Amino acid sequence: MSTRAAELAEQFEDVAQQREASTLGMWVFLATEVMFFGALFLAFSVTRSLHVESFSQAAKHLDILAGTINTAVLFTSSFTTALAVSALQQGQLKRVIGLLSVSIVLGGLFLAIKGHEYHEKWVEGFFPGNAFAVSGPAGNEVELFFLFYFILTGLHGIHLLIALGVTAVLVWLIVTNRVTPTRSMPLEASALYWHFVDIVWVFVFPLLYLIGGR
Amino acid sequence: MSVLLYSSDTDEPRERDSYLTPHTLRSWLLTTDHKRVGLLYLFTIIVFFVIAAVAAGIMRLNLLTPRGDLVQAETYNRLFTLHGVLMVWFFLIPSIPSVLGNFLLPLMIGARDLAFPKLNLLSWYIFILGGAFAFYALLIGGVDTGWTFYTPYSSTYSNSNVVLMAAGIFIAGFSSILTGLNFIVSIHQMRAPGLTWFRLRLFVWSMYATSLILVLATPVLAITLCLMALERIWRVGIFDPSLGGDPLLFQHLFWFYSHPAVYIMILPGMGVVSELIAAFARKRVFGYTFVAFSSLAIALIGFLVWGHHMFVSSQSVFAGMIFSFLSFLVAVPSAIKVFNWTATLYKGSISLDTPMLYALGFIGLFTVGGMTGLILAALAVDVHVHDTYFVIAHFHYIMVGGMVTAFMGGLHFWWPKITGRMYPELLGKLAAIIIFIGFNLTFFPQFVLGYLGMPRRYHAYPEQFQVYNVLSTAGASILGIGYLLPLLYLLWSCFYGRRVAENPWNALGFEWETASPPPVHNFEKAPIQRDEAYNYAEVASTPGAGLS
Repeated sequence: MSTRAAELAEQFEDVAQQREASTLGMWVFLATEVMFFGALFLAFSVTRSLHVESFSQAAKHLDILAGTINTAVLFTSSFTTALAVSALQQGQLKRVIGLLSVSIVLGGLFLAIKGHEYHEKWVEGFFPGNAFAVSGPAGNEVELFFLFYFILTGLHGIHLLIALGVTAVLVWLIVTNRVTPTRSMPLEASALYWHFVDIVWVFVFPLLYLIGGR
Repeated sequence: MSVLLYSSDTDEPRERDSYLTPHTLRSWLLTTDHKRVGLLYLFTIIVFFVIAAVAAGIMRLNLLTPRGDLVQAETYNRLFTLHGVLMVWFFLIPSIPSVLGNFLLPLMIGARDLAFPKLNLLSWYIFILGGAFAFYALLIGGVDTGWTFYTPYSSTYSNSNVVLMAAGIFIAGFSSILTGLNFIVSIHQMRAPGLTWFRLRLFVWSMYATSLILVLATPVLAITLCLMALERIWRVGIFDPSLGGDPLLFQHLFWFYSHPAVYIMILPGMGVVSELIAAFARKRVFGYTFVAFSSLAIALIGFLVWGHHMFVSSQSVFAGMIFSFLSFLVAVPSAIKVFNWTATLYKGSISLDTPMLYALGFIGLFTVGGMTGLILAALAVDVHVHDTYFVIAHFHYIMVGGMVTAFMGGLHFWWPKITGRMYPELLGKLAAIIIFIGFNLTFFPQFVLGYLGMPRRYHAYPEQFQVYNVLSTAGASILGIGYLLPLLYLLWSCFYGRRVAENPWNALGFEWETASPPPVHNFEKAPIQRDEAYNYAEVASTPGAGLS
């Protein structure tokens, strides 16, 4: 037992096993997340198929420029996260911390732009509820669209917020030398999660902003 | 040797190394030992089982008379909702996976623990938190929607604590997901040397299939309940047709989870029964690979049959036909299992110890439950018996006759491993027989009731149905005694039961090669699998040969 590496948890035989278990665990977790968002996409698609016309009209109220900028911002953050993982494996710790900080800033920028969009929609009266801007039967349908808009982007935002928090913790762990080039698994797992949040946006963005004959 | 180690009552060398010491509350609440987490789950689900069983008892008493003299209709609605919610999410789903699975899975694959022991403990705390929400919702008046939470009743009209209860189920779902995730990763990564996939125990295979469902279906329920609760709080209309929503969408999403969830409530039982049949017939399981793959097939096809809950819900007839066909298809792997169990019994040297009585009971009751499921999967017949007691009887034969019976069988079989002590065999057999009789008397009359047209979820009924309801209530009292007995004698045996050695049943498997109760890290010496899982031809021909 004296030969066991310090980072090896007692239930595992060796470091390779521990590493593979963490990776598989993260993938299985992401599978649950896929089903979580998948059900929501399904609900949106079914409702959209019931009210094609109203949903197309409603989509025109979204700020496509803000959405496009956000898409670019989020993709870039995924890129810097991926670079951070390979930098850690090569032992360039300063570079890792720099890249992760860029990811965090970009993630924050995404949320700020999203917040700006939310504010606009709130002011324009597109927040579902009694004071909704459009009334009548078509109003109900537009309201449904915006309900899905806030649920989808809101859940995505919560996931991004969690990813930001996890990445901030990882920066701390790298600074305090608890995540190292030989123990890079925590960063790899959190990077997987970051990319997943990115991929969800790849579906959210076209579903909400792009479909509908712009 | 084991006789020397285990015969004296005090101060045994092994006792001090067992996972059951130390005895402090703190050591239990902060444990990451999979065996202890399994027991924490056991204590918790027994509490929920008792509450839900009492609710069922009150319902049965109420149904003694046609006018339903005991409780009002409103109370009755809350009782069946409470019974359904607690039994499904807080007893059946965690029963075998979280109790026996947690305890046995690492032992069976020869590992020191699950891959993520802290997550495992966390899953129990999440379960407790979800249970607390459900319990609170119950204390302040309960919920009247039925366990299915159909919209728009649940989201718009019900005046009960729907959101609280949904929150409880939502939270408990995460504990299911964590358990499933832990099992999948452990089975993939933590197997002992020599333990290839096709040397795995069939219980492990069934846990693997169950975990796939837990991980892939539970998130869909989570989002569905979220949407329903949002609609209720926010007064919007995702599922409300008057606001542009689609009520059928809720049913589709709900059953996309809840039908696979039915298999969460039977696959683990099938795994247990495969173990019991092999150990008490002293034979290798007939058609091992078929039994293993049929678990996966059930998990897979189980995801494609949810529409058979919606035959009368204005779903298209064409969709109905496809769902009907797929529902017949999912019966095939179940039938393969039943066939293989009986073929394993054939020319086996069978001994009728308590666990085996439960296993044989399971085969019979599950077969009745499964066959009546086929009747319900036939489109035209379903129109006649939909939402009647026929459905109630059918799924109780699967869930109680199947899953609970298997749980009891497994609990008795592994009890000496869990506690290091044997339960009283005579009382065990007696309880198994009482449960079998009580169960059939409770639920068989309900098939007749349903076929005659008595709808479910009513607190009163026309007088001509009374005789069957009286029979059913009589059966329920017998069943109640049947479940009370093990509760008492198992508790008794924890302190006064006869001590046992490693392998009281002379059964095969890693868990029987270590001490009873096992040491904290499961094995003194890392186990190696050198043979197929059920090579009973090479061990002594009677169970019990290893009794001290």
